[in-house]
Amino acid sequence: MALQIIFIFVAAVTLGGALMTVTSRNLVHSALWLILSLFGVAVLYVLLNASFLAVAQVVIYIGAIAILIIFGVMMTRRLVIDPSRQINNTWWLAALLSLVFFGGLSWMLSTWDGFWSEAPIMAVNIDPLKQLGKALVAPDLYVLPFELASVLLLAALIGSIIIAYEKR
Amino acid sequence: MTIPLSWYLIFAAALFCVGLFGVLARKNAIAILMGIELMLNSVNVNLVAFWRYRSPEGITGQVFAVMVFAVAAAEVAVGLALIISVYRRRKTVVADEINLMKW
Repeated sequence: MALQIIFIFVAAVTLGGALMTVTSRNLVHSALWLILSLFGVAVLYVLLNASFLAVAQVVIYIGAIAILIIFGVMMTRRLVIDPSRQINNTWWLAALLSLVFFGGLSWMLSTWDGFWSEAPIMAVNIDPLKQLGKALVAPDLYVLPFELASVLLLAALIGSIIIAYEKR
Repeated sequence: MTIPLSWYLIFAAALFCVGLFGVLARKNAIAILMGIELMLNSVNVNLVAFWRYRSPEGITGQVFAVMVFAVAAAEVAVGLALIISVYRRRKTVVADEINLMKW
């Protein structure tokens, strides 16, 4: 019962933050509402017994990506306070499309018979963090995607430095 | 009764649609990137919920979520580098005004 109340509260905070992110006129306010949403998602990971992912979410998303976004906002501002509209003229079409998509997704998910399932009991002696660590480096598990992710990050690092490099 | 799987899936769908609205309706390129981040987070919540509710003794769901973390970080870095580079040349980040390649 308490878990349900916590879930509803956290989900409401996250969705409210997300809505404020996409409708805020001030971009820095949008970034701060995004941080609230990301934190709400981290709390949801804790509810799902994925504690490592909760910490990784806070460190990676809030600690790196959101800060990077705020830097990007500050480096690309023409005016300190931008009075122009931040929403397209055809925003009603986007809202309609989003609502239709949500309705379609919900209906399609509800036709699946596993939709109403409860959480299976997790055995207390398995340690998801240790399993995750072993899975990322075991040769018969996921070492190849892990190494490919490292190569991807290296490519993104080199690429973004070259793109944003300013010759003096 | 604890939390059924449907609550997580509906929540992830709603978060995805809010992000989708942000991508489609905003003018500033960085605001569009924020919408993309919301969509990626909703996908991650979905993955971890399926992991917990369908096969908590396995680890594939969490590995997939970690991969999505890495890809999202890489994409934000490159996206922001592109936006800053465009801003230096065109002095604007409004998506409508970046129209050199439109016919």
